[in-house]
Amino acid sequence: MTSGATPLSAAARPGTGDTWQRFTLAEKLARFSVYIAIVAAVGWAAHSVEIIVEFIWDAPEQIADMGRRMWPIPWGFYPRGIHAALIETLNIAAVSTLLGVLMAVPVGFLAARNATPNRLINTIARFILVSTRSINTLLWALFFVAVFGPGALAGTLAIAFHSIGFIGKLFSEAVEDAHRGSIEALSAVGAPKLALIQYAYWPQVKPSFWSIALFRWDINVRESAVLGLVGAGGIGMALDTAINLFQWDRVALILATIFGVVIVAEMLVTEIRKRII
Amino acid sequence: MSASTARPFHTTPLARLGWLALALYLLWAMSSLDFNLARFIIGLDNGAKFIARMFPPNFERWDLLVKGLTESLQMAFLASFLGTLISLPLGLLAARNLLPRVITWPVRIVIIGCRSFHPVIVAIICVKAVGFGALAGIIALTVASVGFVGKLFTEAIEEISMKQIEAVRATGASFMNVVIFGVMPQVMFRFIGFAAYETDANLRNSTMVGIVGAGGIGGTLFAAFQRFDYDYVFAIVLSIIALIMVGEVLQIWLKKVFRQ
Amino acid sequence: MLSIKHLVQQYVPGKPVLRDISLDIEGADITAIIGPSGTGKSTLIRCINRLVEPTSGAILFEGRDMVKLSGSELRQARSRIGMVFQEYNLVERLSVMENLLTGCLGKTPAWKALLRKFEPEDIRGAWEMLEVVGLTGFANARADSLSGGQRQRVGISRAVMQHPALLLADEPTSSLDPKTSVEIMELLTRVATSKNIPVIINMHDVELAKRFANRIIGMAGGTVVYDGPPSGLDDDILKQIYGGESWLH
Repeated sequence: MTSGATPLSAAARPGTGDTWQRFTLAEKLARFSVYIAIVAAVGWAAHSVEIIVEFIWDAPEQIADMGRRMWPIPWGFYPRGIHAALIETLNIAAVSTLLGVLMAVPVGFLAARNATPNRLINTIARFILVSTRSINTLLWALFFVAVFGPGALAGTLAIAFHSIGFIGKLFSEAVEDAHRGSIEALSAVGAPKLALIQYAYWPQVKPSFWSIALFRWDINVRESAVLGLVGAGGIGMALDTAINLFQWDRVALILATIFGVVIVAEMLVTEIRKRII
Repeated sequence: MSASTARPFHTTPLARLGWLALALYLLWAMSSLDFNLARFIIGLDNGAKFIARMFPPNFERWDLLVKGLTESLQMAFLASFLGTLISLPLGLLAARNLLPRVITWPVRIVIIGCRSFHPVIVAIICVKAVGFGALAGIIALTVASVGFVGKLFTEAIEEISMKQIEAVRATGASFMNVVIFGVMPQVMFRFIGFAAYETDANLRNSTMVGIVGAGGIGGTLFAAFQRFDYDYVFAIVLSIIALIMVGEVLQIWLKKVFRQ
Repeated sequence: MLSIKHLVQQYVPGKPVLRDISLDIEGADITAIIGPSGTGKSTLIRCINRLVEPTSGAILFEGRDMVKLSGSELRQARSRIGMVFQEYNLVERLSVMENLLTGCLGKTPAWKALLRKFEPEDIRGAWEMLEVVGLTGFANARADSLSGGQRQRVGISRAVMQHPALLLADEPTSSLDPKTSVEIMELLTRVATSKNIPVIINMHDVELAKRFANRIIGMAGGTVVYDGPPSGLDDDILKQIYGGESWLH
């Protein structure tokens, strides 16, 4: 009889008679210590966070007040004040995804251990990926606004650069997952690196690539909506103005618009996913 | 699904049209965004000056930096913990293969709602509701976490093998027991992965919500920016990157411990 | 103790899979249901514990109509019926022991299930069962690390752990090689006879059915065309059930 598992010896039996244990003592200790660590961390975090109790009591009243000010939603304001900004937001999302993808793919390749054997380049590429991801879109936006001035250019570059880390990481994982077979076959006949990429790697990573690009576009639609808060274009600027002027009803309108756009984007992505993947 | 749509990138005339439309759209979008070569070149020069002012990074006011980072860390932790805790039952209730539409529909809408808005936007609203400070940030990040982890968790549950569930049901187990013995074993590993990823995301987001006053190092960063203290800004950015790298290493180690 | 009356089942209205089935099970017989694919054998078995919803008819089990039960009553009835599946349907990531203890979930409160705190007599019963099926050393092995035959032994153990009044088996050997199939059938029938539990088994292997069962029910086109001992299964009847001559010899 063939079997995948081997039976334990009598001495190693996890229990007899009416007892049974799923985990060995060592395993139990390890799991337990992780639980304790998590509880301790949360306890420490909760303890040190400053919570001003009066604000919490006040919260329902504040929320109710905000709710009152948000109603009725001034739909009429949309064409004049919002539509153009919304289109700009969507354009930023699209172009920045394109830019991000263009920049991320080579870095992703360089970070993949199977495509680029040079460990030093790997590490540098990975470092680029981690750092671009660690710097938030808003932070990138601050930087680019200072450099290029306020507007959509700054916003597009900000999202593009931030996306490098995200797209690059997922992409390099996809490359590392590629089957060795065709890659080895082609390099055995002496194919140059570029041909290797085109004929061995690319066909395998293509579905993941589009999936990642789609995923990132979906996120970028959300990101581009807030860029305006720091002056980098898009609907965020209208939002920032409305908040500063305490025009909460217009804020509600903008939020509703964003919500609608996000839902449509999600449905689009789901549909495209079904057909392509 | 017809054969032509089942094969990826099969170039039917419709697909070709789609690609063409996409390309045209991108071109139009780029032109409408008012990219201007002159501006770009001036910007590059600006950028060079800028970067020069960032070096060397200035760590003099490191106590403020550490305080801000610690607060961000705490916010990220709490938000991840609470978010994960809430996502577990919520994600379960949204699973269409386990529960009827009456229950899954409203829950799915809640999860989508949590996910629709950028954490910064949610933070703005939270600041209005509970005032400035870390609490607003924690609530905002928790909401974002629930939206993200909840969705992934529901998707994971909807992909499980119903055969195993069928067998557990056949023994007369209650719904909760079916979940504990049939669903959880199949998805727990993935759930932990989502939680770990979300903790990392929260760590990054927590450095940002401070810009709107919701606590954490974002506020310090924003203030330094506005004061043109670019070398201090650079110091903060480096610290953030370091923190996140530590987080990533921890994540990998944790996954090893919990490998089931 | 099991009485099926005028059972009709249709997945698609107008195309009934089961047409007016009536059967009685008394005593601790080993009953095999044979018939071509698609004739409703699996549907019939699954209607008994309502994994599939009957369209009309009554299924009286221990005096109560399964069709009319719901909620905790249905669960209670189900815990009295053990089921073995063609593809074992074990919870792959759980250990063998946990899969056995799944059989006790019907009476275990959720918090105990979560903490894996089962009654001592259940655990004792589990160890005994593991001895019977020869898997004692595999208690903590993950279910998906076992071979097909081993998995089905776990599946049978799980069903027996329920202390059921009736055992159902839906093509328990169809995914196994001939030698293992015989081993599994021997185990199943041996366990059932020793505990005096009636078994209803779906099978497509007629020889196996004739060898192990003492009552054969032949189905064709959604109705029962033969109900009697294996000895009464002559070629004419088999033709009636399966149609065609060539496969017989």
